[in-house]
Amino acid sequence: MSKSRKVAAFALFAALLATPALAGKTGLGREALPEEVAAWDIDVRPDGAGLPPGKGSVRDGEQLYLQQCASCHGEFGEGAGRWPVLVGGQGSLKSEGPEKTIGSFWPYASTTFDYIKRAMPYGNARSLSDDDVYAITAFLLNQNGVVKDDFVLTKENFSKVRLPNEQAFFDDDREKAERHFWQKDPCMKNCKPDAKVTGRARMIDVTPEDGKSIKVE
Amino acid sequence: MDHDPQFQKSRRGFLGGLGATAAGLTLAQTSSARAQAKPDPAITEIQDWNRYLGDGVAANPYGKPSKFEKHVVRRDVEWLTASRESSVNFTPLHALDGIITPNGLCFERHHGGAPEIDPSKHRLMINGLVDKPLVFTMEDLKRFPGRVNKVFFLECAANGGMEWKGAQLNGCQFTHGMVHNVMYTGIPLKVLLDEAGVKTNGKWVMPEGADSSAMTRSIPIEKAMQDCLVVWGMNGEALRQEQGYPLRIVVPGWEGNMWVKWLRRIEVGDQPWHHREETSKYTDLLADGRSRRFTWIMDAKSVVTSPSPQAPLKFKGPNVLSGLAWSGRGTIRRVDVTIDGGKNWQTARLDGPVLPLSLTRFYVDFDWDGREMLIQSRAMDDTGYVQPTKDELRKVRGLNSIYHNNGIQTWLVRSNGETENVEIS
Repeated sequence: MSKSRKVAAFALFAALLATPALAGKTGLGREALPEEVAAWDIDVRPDGAGLPPGKGSVRDGEQLYLQQCASCHGEFGEGAGRWPVLVGGQGSLKSEGPEKTIGSFWPYASTTFDYIKRAMPYGNARSLSDDDVYAITAFLLNQNGVVKDDFVLTKENFSKVRLPNEQAFFDDDREKAERHFWQKDPCMKNCKPDAKVTGRARMIDVTPEDGKSIKVE
Repeated sequence: MDHDPQFQKSRRGFLGGLGATAAGLTLAQTSSARAQAKPDPAITEIQDWNRYLGDGVAANPYGKPSKFEKHVVRRDVEWLTASRESSVNFTPLHALDGIITPNGLCFERHHGGAPEIDPSKHRLMINGLVDKPLVFTMEDLKRFPGRVNKVFFLECAANGGMEWKGAQLNGCQFTHGMVHNVMYTGIPLKVLLDEAGVKTNGKWVMPEGADSSAMTRSIPIEKAMQDCLVVWGMNGEALRQEQGYPLRIVVPGWEGNMWVKWLRRIEVGDQPWHHREETSKYTDLLADGRSRRFTWIMDAKSVVTSPSPQAPLKFKGPNVLSGLAWSGRGTIRRVDVTIDGGKNWQTARLDGPVLPLSLTRFYVDFDWDGREMLIQSRAMDDTGYVQPTKDELRKVRGLNSIYHNNGIQTWLVRSNGETENVEIS
């Protein structure tokens, strides 16, 4: 490379470095096509935003549920083994063994539709049609006592469905409710008279050991 | 280090505060100064590795730990979950030191298995309430100006979830191992959002994974713009498959479930989505039956990693107590340690970088005379938050919360050095 070309190349490089890359857009990437957005943007919100056209009945949902879902979630949504329980549990949330199902716990029906559509059946995601998802959602709402046996769930009536536990959720308030965890000078000396062992993991004995693991159902 | 005046002072203070006896100290000194009766064959005999050639340079193109460290691995608890593809394993905290978690030991949590994604076919889309929806290839992302390297802890909100009702698992790997600390390489999410142009009514973002669970979470736009990152690197190399290769989002200080792996899309919206992982899961059920939601921040927490049930004490005399502290609200300011179950406390020595929203290493160098100990650690962050006891936490949350158990951990060290997970009054 001649000396003058070297100088010119350096000048170009310096100009590149001097470009205020952060000031504006980089122009990197490209515009997403409507078909591409449609292929991935399948999420649904409680107000019904994102729901596709379609409908499904409780009756159709029962058949689909038995074929597609019951092997893990149980014929009646009671859950097989450690797979999630989907039905029942009303009135259990204050008990020692709360059963957090769609009917007893989940705040919004849209979550059921969204999750089935994006991730179910487990290991075969995105294999159900939109009408199938409407029908299975309708069946699960029916099993939880939210809609009647002859109900047909549609895009239009979806946001009218309300789940019983919606009002029990509130936004994080730890900074108020747990204000006392902020302390200036935690105790350092003679903080309590005594410390006695009240419980031991060993008594339960569920820690996995090398070469074996304990199964507890 | 032995000549560090601070170390001497802290050692004396520690024992003084506990009223150590002269007899105890004598015993400790005797055991450490024991005379060697016969010459040590490890010294007097020529070892194979001293005589013969070792491995050539090509023996291990990607290096692995010594075979003598093969017990230092992630472990899982089979009874916890229904299938291995939607499950969790645990970082072996008891066997690690410093603050950085080696890539192969960072705990895993998947909801539909860890997919193997061809980076040339991976795309990141930004859509929703933006001026122009955009698609990026991995190569596009790596050309963005403003690349950063930052260390953050990631803790699963369910870390310690099995311990709400009482001591259950014997080992800090199992009680506290859903945490890791990594230096990430990537770009601020803000850079990408600015490129797409967020509309004025864009108040939330939703990262989405490309895996078979298509994981989603809602994140407020303020957090997205403040310090979230989109990253492709961890500890100097590409993300591991199980940590989101080729791309994940980093949500510093907030619960690990939000750090969506295999990141393929970020949608901007005007409301939260209330998806499965932020309604039926990752909400905190209180004793009165109500549920706290959007409990994103991980409160200050600490654990003594040694001694612990998997790392018992073996010797009387000089010992190093070590542990980790972290806070999702800021920087660890102080860690106190007790060996008498919380009657008396001593401030531990922090060592290594003390970074905001990062694991912080602490030590107490001490002499052990063989007495039974109830060891605890208590973290404080720079907001003045003090890690509560488990009972203090249960008093305000009840027993059904599952998530966000940051209560103080107790290890009982028996006089033979054996260590167990206990609860105390």
